[in-house]
Amino acid sequence: MTVTIEKDTTRTLTVPPKARRTSQRPVRGGRPLISYGQWWWALPAILLVLGVQYAATLTGGFFAFTNWTGLGSFEITGFDNFAKIFADPQLLGAVWNTLFLAFGSVIITNVLGLLFALAINRTLKTRYILRTLLFMPVVLSPLAVAYVWKFIFQFNGPLNGFLGAIGLESLQKTWLADPTWSIWAILITVVWQQTGFTMVIYLAGLASVPVEVEEAAALDGAGVWGRFWNVVVPAIRPSIAIATTLGLIQGLRIFDQILALTGGGPAGATETLATEVYKNAFSLGQFGFGSALALVLTVIILAFAILQQYVTRDREVGKVS
Amino acid sequence: MFRYTKFTAVREVLVWVVTLIGLLPLYILVATALKSDKEALSSSAIAPPTSIDFSAFVSVLTATGRNSIPMSILNSVIITGGAILGLVLFGSVAAYVIARRTRKWTTVTYYLVLIAIILPAQLGTVPLYIGARSIGLTGNAFGMIVLWVGILMPLSVFLYASFFRGLSTEYEEAAVIDGASPVQAFFRVVLPLMAPATGTVAILAGLIVWNDFFNSLIFLGGSTTQTLPVAMYTYVGGLVSAWNKIFAVVIISMIPILLFYMFAQKRFIQGFAGGLKG
Repeated sequence: MTVTIEKDTTRTLTVPPKARRTSQRPVRGGRPLISYGQWWWALPAILLVLGVQYAATLTGGFFAFTNWTGLGSFEITGFDNFAKIFADPQLLGAVWNTLFLAFGSVIITNVLGLLFALAINRTLKTRYILRTLLFMPVVLSPLAVAYVWKFIFQFNGPLNGFLGAIGLESLQKTWLADPTWSIWAILITVVWQQTGFTMVIYLAGLASVPVEVEEAAALDGAGVWGRFWNVVVPAIRPSIAIATTLGLIQGLRIFDQILALTGGGPAGATETLATEVYKNAFSLGQFGFGSALALVLTVIILAFAILQQYVTRDREVGKVS
Repeated sequence: MFRYTKFTAVREVLVWVVTLIGLLPLYILVATALKSDKEALSSSAIAPPTSIDFSAFVSVLTATGRNSIPMSILNSVIITGGAILGLVLFGSVAAYVIARRTRKWTTVTYYLVLIAIILPAQLGTVPLYIGARSIGLTGNAFGMIVLWVGILMPLSVFLYASFFRGLSTEYEEAAVIDGASPVQAFFRVVLPLMAPATGTVAILAGLIVWNDFFNSLIFLGGSTTQTLPVAMYTYVGGLVSAWNKIFAVVIISMIPILLFYMFAQKRFIQGFAGGLKG
């Protein structure tokens, strides 16, 4: 459709305010000047969301209270699955590992990401190249990244080679087969990949810090620390909320890296709720029990997401008043 | 006051040193993949390859069978492309209606979508698998595309809706006054103006789908249709310490994403910094 409008035929159309109908100022019940698409345009999306998200999640919540194995009939067993979860030391260990990885990765990636963001913010000449390089790991597949780190952590790998070269042979170990250290190896892998993500969120937040305010604070004698604490932190509070919430939700679901690095071993030392859901539901066919584990994970994720919203909102309100 | 001083130069050098040390794993990855079988086992990980040897890549790309890498690349491309297409098409029209029409049901739908973004996917996985299996959507690319469109639809609708809210209605009004039908007004006037939103949706969804391991493992498990990460997982599982080959697969899986990243790194970073704020 090509419409050529001659210059002399153009007129200025003034739509009277009463006839205007924009989404900003809705007039309830009135017929719109033009129809914005057809209502059924939203139908495929709504049906997919209802089916794939809501129906599936609700059914999963129901399965959690059954002993279904995916075949034949099942019984509603009430809270039996949950009693079993909380009586099993390995599964409790998985809950603990899930929380450890989530909080560990959130704390470390946020500290490192903020440090990187502060370091390359504004003045550095090569800040765009640095940003591109530091963000690069984020776009890579977690599984692929995990294989790189698996090589680094293996017994004759670069990490032990480095420790040997600086005279710390006593620290050399098979990192991924060590019951205490394997979970740290997974944490490092996750942190390495996610730091660029928090850095980018903080860079966006730091861009909103008014230079004038920082300069004024400096002129009034505020030191680096004082400026950071009293000018920068309040301004990037929304970024902190986003980076920690997203990091926590992502951290609670860590799966790929564990399967690639340790497979949950040694002796279940690195199992998380996500890997246990996979193993129980899909390897062992315990759909009911696996759903119960997924429900525990879901409740943890929702609880922290809501808590996070509440805490950050509360602080903002306190700041204003 | 924020001028470039001696201290800034020191800081710049320091950041570079830290960054390069941080990216050492990627150097090790490339160096090892280019070594021959023997050299990969014997030489130091930091040492550059004595001669560039592409044999690892050749053996990866020529391996045949159920989980051949070239086939899985094709599957990954089809699934990622299909999912992006579905998300852009259905997501944009749905978000348009939701954002532009101000009826009660559009508000309700919008909140339904918002809640679905926070809703953790784990709990739905088992029923979704059973449901998909019973109607033949597991083990094939089409089923995987449908699943992805459903899983990521809330993200797409949310992103498009926030972009539509920022777009003045005058464009469609002008188009309609000039005689365009609603379909024409949307696809020829509104959607082209939404290129930044489409870019953000395509990048975020594309990355999630391309890099996904968990969902592909479950919904395509045991079938001949495998995506690249699952094929990589199976392939690596059959290799013990053949790190040059393992890393060749890893690099092959990274190349398409990195190419996109090089060309559109600004959009990637903005998409992540701004787009995920939901």
